[in-house]
Amino acid sequence: MTDRTNEEWLAELSSGESGRGAAVADLRAILVRGLHKAVGTADGAGHDQIEDFAQDALIKVLAGLGSFRGDSRFVTWALAVATRVAFSELRKARYKDVSLDGLTADGRHLPEAAALPEGEAGDRTAVLPLLRRLIDSDLTDKQRLVIRAELDGVPQAVLVERLGSNRNAIYKLSHDARMRLKKSLEKAGVTGDGVRAAFAGAS
Amino acid sequence: MSSTRLTDGQLDNLSELIRLTRPDELTCEDWLGRVGAYAESVAAGGVAASGSELVEHHLSLCWECREEFEALLAVLRSRIS
Repeated sequence: MTDRTNEEWLAELSSGESGRGAAVADLRAILVRGLHKAVGTADGAGHDQIEDFAQDALIKVLAGLGSFRGDSRFVTWALAVATRVAFSELRKARYKDVSLDGLTADGRHLPEAAALPEGEAGDRTAVLPLLRRLIDSDLTDKQRLVIRAELDGVPQAVLVERLGSNRNAIYKLSHDARMRLKKSLEKAGVTGDGVRAAFAGAS
Repeated sequence: MSSTRLTDGQLDNLSELIRLTRPDELTCEDWLGRVGAYAESVAAGGVAASGSELVEHHLSLCWECREEFEALLAVLRSRIS
């Protein structure tokens, strides 16, 4: 398997069914090897699954050649696409029989509030009820659902499937909700650091 | 679905997400298009490429992309490609 430049990869993969066979085969082999490293642990994907993930990723890569920015190696971008495909499918499989209702959360995936310098304290008793009120009053039902799912650690791929949406739309719901809460908190006189201060030391 | 179903711990996490939120943050799809260059520079042990601030910011918010990034980094470091 020879090394190809980005331009060579793009040229060969764009050249139509008859001309791209070798490049497709080589890329597929790279994706399979990469996915074995990325997700092929004891608790991860088996070989047949990895072959399926690689095939799905190959289809996405070939369909999305025009979106490759060219600021990395082509193969790195293709491996990133493949990693996403694999993780999305594995996450969906883990949640296959899980209802979105009643999930308990430990928030382990979420960013931990940074420690504040000594002496900074906020009025948590005031901000916490305010945040609850704003969630109820300022967010749409879908925004609340997405935020709740995010806080419960539910993968976006699961929400995409359950809501019949796409990952960008799910992320936008979350972003819009967070921006709205941020602005409402600021309007109530609570800045970003003030929110953090209010929750400092929360268990 | 009301906020009363959220625990104090979840509100704590949400407060941190709100603090980190910015208008120009990348979506997961945007991030996927940019992570390659960032991952290569991290794998090579060098200084992150310019323009990586938004990539890193997204990683601070999105656990799924963070998980995918760590896996991609492991692949690059093993020199599989």
